[in-house]
Amino acid sequence: MNITAKAHEDLILVTVGEDRIDAACAIQFKERMRELTQAPSSRVILDLSTVAFLDSSGLGAVVAVMKLLGPDRKLELSGLTPTVAKVFHLTRMDTVFTIHPSLPDGLQKAG
Amino acid sequence: MELVFDSNLDAVRGGLADLLDSGPLCAMEADARGTAEIVLAEVFNNVVEHAYATRQGRIKVCLKNHPDGVLVTVIDSGSPFPQQQLPQGLLPEINAWDDLPEGGFGWYLIRSQVRHLSYQREGKHNRLTFCLPY
Repeated sequence: MNITAKAHEDLILVTVGEDRIDAACAIQFKERMRELTQAPSSRVILDLSTVAFLDSSGLGAVVAVMKLLGPDRKLELSGLTPTVAKVFHLTRMDTVFTIHPSLPDGLQKAG
Repeated sequence: MELVFDSNLDAVRGGLADLLDSGPLCAMEADARGTAEIVLAEVFNNVVEHAYATRQGRIKVCLKNHPDGVLVTVIDSGSPFPQQQLPQGLLPEINAWDDLPEGGFGWYLIRSQVRHLSYQREGKHNRLTFCLPY
């Protein structure tokens, strides 16, 4: 699964290079995220701007990753495409995550 | 439009792409089409993971235009729903950070987005019908 990470000081930027996070790849997604966030950081930003579709299994995997990171590390999301944003909104999970419309300044194109 | 595919998660991806790229769903506006993909993915994943939990089978889908939207019929020959009733599909509660729900969203997503949802067990088949609004 094409997911890459780059450290920026106290933050890890994870970029998903797939167009779907669905039931067929939710377990791989979770495992890959676990590997990529091993290094300590206070924040993890997950760039979902290329992900056109996420189902409830994909949503569950994102929630699971948030729990894996522990209570002191934040998982933030960036670049939700319309259908992905809709799944977060309908399930009210948009109230749980910090969601950035696009990557914060200084991180764009940096990864 | 009618499509039949195998009950595995890779075949579900292919089936979804085929259904969305032609026929009545292709003609929908982007927002309604996105909703259609969310609902159909949940319905098909549910068939694969529950009705066909212990064996492989086929999933048959028919799409028809209807005054209220696209009428969808999904037929499989897997196990029936418990008590032959669809899950209630209540939205899981969002509690403390370490108790956040990782599942149980599927039927909520389906029920909140479709109209005219109905389920029948017909002999050895499950028949689910619903309407995806335009």
